[in-house]
Amino acid sequence: MSTATVEEKVVVKKSEPLFSKKNRALVSNPLDIDNPVTVQVLGICSALAVTTQMKPAFVMTIGLTVVAASSSVAISFLRNTIPSRIRIIVQLAVVSLWVIMVDQLLKAYVYDVSKQLTVFVGLIITNCIVMGRLEAFAMGNKPWPSFMDGLGNGLGYGLILMSIAFGREFLGSGSIFGYKVFAELGIPYQGNGLLLFPAGACILLGIIIWIQRTLNGFREAH
Amino acid sequence: MENLVNIGIRSIFIDNMIFAYFLGMCSFLAISKKVKTAFGLGLAVIFVIGITVPINWLIQNYILVQGSFAWLGPEYANIDLSFLQFIVFISVIAAMVQLTEMVVEKFSPALYGTLGIFLPLIAVNCSVLGAALFMVGRPYNLTEATVFGLGSGIGWLLAIVALAGVREKMKYSNVPAPLRGLGITFILVGLMSLGFMSFLGFTI
Repeated sequence: MSTATVEEKVVVKKSEPLFSKKNRALVSNPLDIDNPVTVQVLGICSALAVTTQMKPAFVMTIGLTVVAASSSVAISFLRNTIPSRIRIIVQLAVVSLWVIMVDQLLKAYVYDVSKQLTVFVGLIITNCIVMGRLEAFAMGNKPWPSFMDGLGNGLGYGLILMSIAFGREFLGSGSIFGYKVFAELGIPYQGNGLLLFPAGACILLGIIIWIQRTLNGFREAH
Repeated sequence: MENLVNIGIRSIFIDNMIFAYFLGMCSFLAISKKVKTAFGLGLAVIFVIGITVPINWLIQNYILVQGSFAWLGPEYANIDLSFLQFIVFISVIAAMVQLTEMVVEKFSPALYGTLGIFLPLIAVNCSVLGAALFMVGRPYNLTEATVFGLGSGIGWLLAIVALAGVREKMKYSNVPAPLRGLGITFILVGLMSLGFMSFLGFTI
């Protein structure tokens, strides 16, 4: 949850086509000027913790996108029946159902990655992106825009996650997706151990934010 | 006793929730602009983690773990409810946060006024659920789990107060415009985390 998240309301008329400009913006904005990680300050914990290698980062992206999109749809369908006093518990219950399903699927099909992600799959429940988007968007919008919003924010999170993971794995251990690039090219490369620590990830994320904001002109008031 | 002190020190400094695991980062970054509010939120987090970790320990060991219903008869011995862990833990946390909010509102309206919006935010603070899940992964008994919970909370408080202190001073420095705000804060947290790494391997 961040102070930057503003209550958003998008009115979509029944006759509006499924991929109208407004709906497409819901997916494309979170990739850049409304990025959940670098602008809304949501979901930082896992962005730093699962990014030492690209493979777990990729699985985490898929997991989070699935959970964010599907729980947005579920909450959006329920939005008129949830009493506002207990909405946090209801939201968490819906989110945890989806997370349990993702967790069981990962355990069944990619057990080694699931071991590597440890508690962070469970922590998708408290990943602020999911809760934040439910609270800011799905509670006030129809299922289809909510789905697009969940999808967009999941992908925006994934974009940052993959760039951090790329930087950390490439510079830290000299490989991409476990493929030893430098060794294959015959260049001797001593991995930079600092990047494998969370501290390195933090500094790298700071630099990514710097680059992104230089490119898109987003400035924060002091 | 020595063991307990060790777990306490470990959870405060070496396995610091923020600087070693990066849990609870969102509220850590969002609410660290002033030392005073940071301190209030830190106290609330200590309280919530300190209560929910032991409660979740009891639930894990007497209800969720395989064989905990063996006393009902041999046919119940194989029941394994641990797949319900997430949903049970998060419900306990949400309920405790709600309860904390009510108690604080009733007995100390002044403190409630200061903390107001930050109290419900603790429910989605990853460090609370993270502490509960770490506790399951380690062979702690009830006392050790309580100490671990309190220690994690204290570590979180230390971290957020330290960052807020630095950020208050940061207002006076000339940071490049695109780096201002979140960007420089991340680099700051990275450097502070490097400092905390010097506690590595520190035991009593």
